Amino acid sequence: MSEKVLSVQDITMQFGGVVAVNNLSLEVHKDEIVSLIGPNGAGKTTAFNVITGVYAPTNGAVDFEGKNIISNYPRGKMEKMYAGENKGKYKKVTEPTPDKITKLGIARTFQNIRLFKELTVLENVLIAKHMRMKANIFADTFLLNWKEEKKMKEDSLELLRILDLYELKDEKSSSLPYGKQRHLEIARALATNPSLLLLDEPAAGLNPQETDELTEFIRKVRDHFHLTVFMIEHHMNLVMDISDRIYVIDFGKMIANGTPNEIQNNQKVIDAYLGVAEDE
Amino acid sequence: MTTNAFLQYCLTGISIGGIYALIAIGYTMVYGILRLINFAHGDIFMMAAYFMIFSMVNFALPWYVAIIVVITATVILGVTIERIAYKPLRSAPRMSIMISAIGVSYFLQNVATYLFSALPKPYPAIGFLTKIISFGGISTSVVTFITPILTLAFVFILMQLINHTKIGMAMRAVSKDFETSQLMGIKINRVISFTFVIGCFLAAIGSVLYFTPRPSVYPLAGSLPGLKCFIAAVFGGIGSVPGAVLGGFIIGLSETFIKAAGYSEFSDVFTFILLIVILLIKPTGLFGEKITEKV
Amino acid sequence: MTEKKKTQLKVLFSLIALLVCAGMLFYVNHYTRPTFMLRTVLQLGAIYALVAVSMNLLNGFTGLFSLGQAGFMAIGAYTFAIFTIPVKSRSGVYYLYGVADWLSNIQIPIWAAIILAGLVAAILAAIIGAPVLRLKSDYFAIATLGFAEIVRIIVGSSPMNRITNGSLGLKLIPKFSNFYFPFIVVGICILIVSLLIRSSYGRAFKAIREDEIAAEAMGINLAKHKQLSFIISSFFAGISGALMGMYLGAITSTTFNVTLTYNILLIVVIGGMGSITGSIISSFLVIAAREWWLRFLDMEIFIGSFKVPLLKSGFRMVVFSLILMIVVLFFRRGIMGTNELNWNFIINRLNKKKKTGGESCE
Repeated sequence: MSEKVLSVQDITMQFGGVVAVNNLSLEVHKDEIVSLIGPNGAGKTTAFNVITGVYAPTNGAVDFEGKNIISNYPRGKMEKMYAGENKGKYKKVTEPTPDKITKLGIARTFQNIRLFKELTVLENVLIAKHMRMKANIFADTFLLNWKEEKKMKEDSLELLRILDLYELKDEKSSSLPYGKQRHLEIARALATNPSLLLLDEPAAGLNPQETDELTEFIRKVRDHFHLTVFMIEHHMNLVMDISDRIYVIDFGKMIANGTPNEIQNNQKVIDAYLGVAEDE
Repeated sequence: MTTNAFLQYCLTGISIGGIYALIAIGYTMVYGILRLINFAHGDIFMMAAYFMIFSMVNFALPWYVAIIVVITATVILGVTIERIAYKPLRSAPRMSIMISAIGVSYFLQNVATYLFSALPKPYPAIGFLTKIISFGGISTSVVTFITPILTLAFVFILMQLINHTKIGMAMRAVSKDFETSQLMGIKINRVISFTFVIGCFLAAIGSVLYFTPRPSVYPLAGSLPGLKCFIAAVFGGIGSVPGAVLGGFIIGLSETFIKAAGYSEFSDVFTFILLIVILLIKPTGLFGEKITEKV
Repeated sequence: MTEKKKTQLKVLFSLIALLVCAGMLFYVNHYTRPTFMLRTVLQLGAIYALVAVSMNLLNGFTGLFSLGQAGFMAIGAYTFAIFTIPVKSRSGVYYLYGVADWLSNIQIPIWAAIILAGLVAAILAAIIGAPVLRLKSDYFAIATLGFAEIVRIIVGSSPMNRITNGSLGLKLIPKFSNFYFPFIVVGICILIVSLLIRSSYGRAFKAIREDEIAAEAMGINLAKHKQLSFIISSFFAGISGALMGMYLGAITSTTFNVTLTYNILLIVVIGGMGSITGSIISSFLVIAAREWWLRFLDMEIFIGSFKVPLLKSGFRMVVFSLILMIVVLFFRRGIMGTNELNWNFIINRLNKKKKTGGESCE
């Protein structure tokens, strides 16, 4: 098997008394497209937010490209309240902010599109390139780094060209059609030069045709940029069509994982989605 | 400091603290429901003082009629402000509605300057309130003595109202979740207006109690007390009525003791530093609830 | 037209526009009486333009609602005054309390004092920024407002008597050496802010304004960038404070009260949150209206024996606050919104007009 890009180990996320993600472990390998599915409220986005540093997990660790990037254990108030498993297994605290995670090479999109609405398509992409900038604010203000700026702009335009957004480069991002906004969000994430791309429900709100386009778009992105993709999605056609492997969670716990075929025939998954009558 | 002096300062501190508490409730309730710092609240408090001057000096009304007039006028002013300046901005960005509140504050200050001039005007005395009473070696005016009692009485009534009436329940629901309670059929606008009614009612009472022992009123007289009361509300945990009351008393007391220690120049500095420190240590205040943003 | 030619044309037009402005200033300087209102309006307008731009950098571009601008102006003004009041007139200025020994013989050149004014404000911003910037929107506003009040109270307090002259304030601050001085300083400062806005860091500021969570997910270090914006904004507020000191010649701590911050906010809101040119236009308009065109509102005017109603001292400010409310309620984007008045904007406007004109012909 190829090398591990992302390895999530025993992640538990507890808010007060509510355990949103319970002892979740999963792996994503290089060049794979892996999906995380589950009914509403299963804890998928919470898991994403843990991986991207928005929340520090209550317990557990995340490794990225072989290095530990996130780690925590129940401390302070949580020590008594903790209701998850593997207490005492982790001793280290690493709580990076989201920007640090992005810098390491994990980029994400959002379930409810979060573009920089008032800014143009090009500016949206340029902003994602900002963190890699070497010049300090002084040099940047007085145009001392014009070469670097020029390269940033060229790279961004090139990216837009590859993703068929070049024509729209000067449009205000909020004026784009919904489907294109989804594409732009992915383009913006790509501009951070990630090796792992996290997509949070990229097809939410798209019509069937737009969904097909998006499927193609994601494939193209993966092949062109040699990326690993990890996504949350509700759209089963898209998931089954594109994923190499699928993880299913329900009530914060993993209930199944495997290839699309295996998942489609897994009784637990069917129960989770359709619900089981108590009496049966 | 002798025991007597100490008790004297305690009484003064509790008294001013009670007034702060009354005004702080207005801030905390509006913030709880609209998530808005009502910058104009201190100026509404100032306008109430001018209403008092008008009814007692210009129209020579007896004090008990004047107080009713003042309360009515202040409440109408507050509700009108909400209707005109805040309601149209319900769905606007937070910054816009905050600017609108600052605009109202600025407007009220300028209107007061225009109508009543920037010169301080003497505040009418309500006979029995300014009487000096003494007991056990402490002498104080009636108003200083009854302020904390009145404050606690109003807070008690308010708590009953919030916890045991239908409108109170609606208020709690709206402050928990604005949109859901709207979907549940709560008449949001009525709840908001009611909140302003209560806030302004207490501000009017606070105004009478605050200005009675003070010589005069001027157009900017509300802005500093207003800020302090907002700080009291933040200190106690914004959105929480008992928190605002406690915050009011704490700020009133500490301010009085700093003045007593001879640092009266810096009593306001202390209050602001207290604000910044509490925000940094416990941004939710003593009794506030944590609100997390959804990603 | 090719891109390159377009740019060349734009540069040419910009130079012409600059020359026209310079010519106008030259005309005003040489052909108007020294007491002419326009001179006051232009100078004061320029100073307000700088402080409005500095506030806009924070409030409009970075999305941090700060109400501390007057505090930083106070720091700038006092720093400038303390180091530039001529040594020989110090005993006159500090006649009541005397001047601190270390201060009595220090006097630095005007330009150095202006930069120092900015630096001191910036350093203070750096110190208080780290904790205060962690606060969310409205708490940040209140904390900065509180900070400005603290500055004002401390500057005017008795332990500072021998430095700031306490509640008496400072006077005999050097005036502008010539008519153009404020315009040059303000011009350079605003140019720097504009360059900053169009740089990658400026874009990062805007990203924070648009969506903090997304900005952070794009790798932008929120704490660092907010801090940068806060420090730079305070630097220029400090400089405008120094200019204000020069313009007024005498300052006290009450010069820099909350009302000043509100006035600046009014200018920024009317001009458009997030538009530099908007802030500049609005400063000149507001100052001209306040100091000149609307002066009559404060005076009792009789037409024959008929007294014009409402007009009396204080009415002008009522009208101003009404304008602010109207802008906030009905024209939330102000004059310019987040647009800039530049050649692209003008060309686009003209093209749009042409297009709609053409359509109506059909």
